[in-house]
Amino acid sequence: MHELKNADQKYAQLDEFIDALPEKDGALIMTLHKAQEIFGYLPAEVQNHVAHKLQIPASKVYGVVTFYSFFTTKPKGRFKINVCMGTACFVRDSQKVLDEITKELQIKVGENTPDGLFSLDALRCVGACGLAPVISVNGKVYGRVKPEDVRNIVEEHMSMGGNDDE
Amino acid sequence: MNNLRMHILVCGGTGCVSSDSKAVHGRFVAELAKHKMDKEVQVVTTGCFGFCEQGPIVKIYPDNIFYTKVAPADVELIVKEHVVKGRVVEKLLYHDPEKGTSEAEHRHIPFYKSQMRIALRNCGIIDPEKIDDYISVDGYAALGKALESMTPDLVVEEIKRSGLRGRGGAGFPTGLKWDAAKKAAGAKKYVVCNADEGDPGAFMDRSVLEGDPHSVLEAMAICGYAIGADEGVIYIRAEYPLAVERLRIAIAQAEEYGLLGGNILGSDFSFHIRINLGAGAFVCGEETALLNSIQGSRGEPRTRPPFPAQKGLWLAPTNNNNVETYANICPIILKGADWYSSIGTEKSKGTKVFALAGKINNVGLVEVPMGTTIREIVYGIGGGIRGDKKFKALQTGGPSGGCISNENLDLPVEYESLASVGSMMGSGGMIILDEDDCMVNIAKFYLEFTVDESCGKCTPCRIGNRRMHEILERITQGNGTMADLDELKDLGEIIKDCSLCGLGQTAPNPVLSTLRYFYDEYEAHVKEKKCPAGACKNLLKYRVLPEKCIGCTLCARNCPVSCIEGERKKAHVIDSEKCIKCGVCYSKCPVKAIVRD
Repeated sequence: MHELKNADQKYAQLDEFIDALPEKDGALIMTLHKAQEIFGYLPAEVQNHVAHKLQIPASKVYGVVTFYSFFTTKPKGRFKINVCMGTACFVRDSQKVLDEITKELQIKVGENTPDGLFSLDALRCVGACGLAPVISVNGKVYGRVKPEDVRNIVEEHMSMGGNDDE
Repeated sequence: MNNLRMHILVCGGTGCVSSDSKAVHGRFVAELAKHKMDKEVQVVTTGCFGFCEQGPIVKIYPDNIFYTKVAPADVELIVKEHVVKGRVVEKLLYHDPEKGTSEAEHRHIPFYKSQMRIALRNCGIIDPEKIDDYISVDGYAALGKALESMTPDLVVEEIKRSGLRGRGGAGFPTGLKWDAAKKAAGAKKYVVCNADEGDPGAFMDRSVLEGDPHSVLEAMAICGYAIGADEGVIYIRAEYPLAVERLRIAIAQAEEYGLLGGNILGSDFSFHIRINLGAGAFVCGEETALLNSIQGSRGEPRTRPPFPAQKGLWLAPTNNNNVETYANICPIILKGADWYSSIGTEKSKGTKVFALAGKINNVGLVEVPMGTTIREIVYGIGGGIRGDKKFKALQTGGPSGGCISNENLDLPVEYESLASVGSMMGSGGMIILDEDDCMVNIAKFYLEFTVDESCGKCTPCRIGNRRMHEILERITQGNGTMADLDELKDLGEIIKDCSLCGLGQTAPNPVLSTLRYFYDEYEAHVKEKKCPAGACKNLLKYRVLPEKCIGCTLCARNCPVSCIEGERKKAHVIDSEKCIKCGVCYSKCPVKAIVRD
């Protein structure tokens, strides 16, 4: 279990958002977006907190968190690598790029590297189909990626490893 | 604005931004300042021009010159040559690969020639973050006309007569939908915009929202006036940050101008719009699942009836249309239903936006009149297949649609004709597949998607699709039987018949349509244990042609599992027991001595 850093301050920030909601009915997804933005992920204790504040059962919160792929209950790496697996990228061999990344980082889709530097996910279409296949690292898009480009992209970020760019 | 002699339009769509158009914009500003021309020449970031393949796109007005693939480093040259001296920079023009000529004006480029832009009318023309730009191209004139000179009945009647049908995929007549919501009893009603574009490989709605957000806001307000609603909600994917940002700006500006909010244009009509972020669930594109998601719950579909027009958001009467549908509304109100219904075919009126992607030369966003043939879209606008490969199929409708084969290339694009060949209009994704794509594998890819995205509420979809996926997995691994093919078909029909919502009812389409048109490929996988396209790894076998091998050892040195043996300058051998079929040797061999069969 990861310790939440600066938890008090973060909860205060979340509470401020929830208290300012004009209507609590139907605000769960919006609140979870905010909570994930603040905490980076949604562990059980944050889910419980949201349930308590919105006065809804924790089971409902958990049900919503696990239903939507945007929400994650595990922390992500400092560099979030997303490989587009939309159809346009798929037919232009994004699977090979994905395979290369899993080989290079020695992790599977949905996992983090042990040093917490990288996390790997597959997503559905970033909409840059003209550049297929694309991957994104913390939102920055790399287009027309070939499997042999993967090492460079990874190393580029490893060298930034110590510096938080966010 | 009067003393500006030139405008430089830089594409700010997601495709071009991904290839650094923001830096191009920045360089223009800096270069113009350097030449002290920043007072007479203005740099504008616009929405998507559509020609993503050639991005970043830069267009110069009033000269009407269209530059392609502009890198930040090219900007200095454009400013020095074009802006200062008035000389066109030849090397950055579009080169027609067929004719070998350069085209300076976009209307001469084959990609644009047979297009007709209604929904995308302002994309690539105005700055989406400036409401004044939108107003200068008749923005909010349709809302003004409706409020001033039309009754709600008349608005609904006009939309009905235009023949506009839902652009989200199903093609339900928009006017009838509005009419139902209008007639439904209730003091509180809602207008919802479905911007949850989940179809992978499709980016029509995103481009409209990024390039012309006000056109959607204005149309929603008109709809609100027509059905008697005072609140609008846009449900948009969280994965579209740029579109969300531009919508936020647009809403704030429209409120400031009194074009949204209380007593619009001095009338007693009030309308507020808010944005609701999705959270990554494909099923939320289904309208009742979307309503549940707006209410903060799991996006599971509801049983219909009651339809949203009677009991929608918070059980109040609700009209729900997709982005592209709304983008057609203002031109219909301004130019009239007769004008709109004169475009297109008998049952499919107007134009349709498609996102062309896959193995095609001109990837991009295109808008064509209904009735245009698939051949025209693929070969005329799309510029044909990449790398001179052979066309195999066109996939429309994403995970809900099907594949159209060579024999149907002359089919006109309209709702009924596409359905008649087992595909569908869908939201507008068009993926072109070539000879290297295995149709069984493609069907499996789509099914994997729907298995993943099935919400799990009803059994046929939750379990049936999973079983179909397992069968396809078996087939692509070489363990399928002929009975499996019959089973796929039966199961597919049952899932279509018994599923609760559109996702399940259409999920088997990719499999059923490929079974129909590419049965021989399925047979080859089952009977001969071969993948004709060479895509299914487990069915591949690599071997060295001893007479061609020069013994350079390149393959052996690159093989990740060291399964290639042989002495220098002598023919090598692949141990097929150990081979993981990664294909590295195949691509590395300098003399093509390795074959795949």
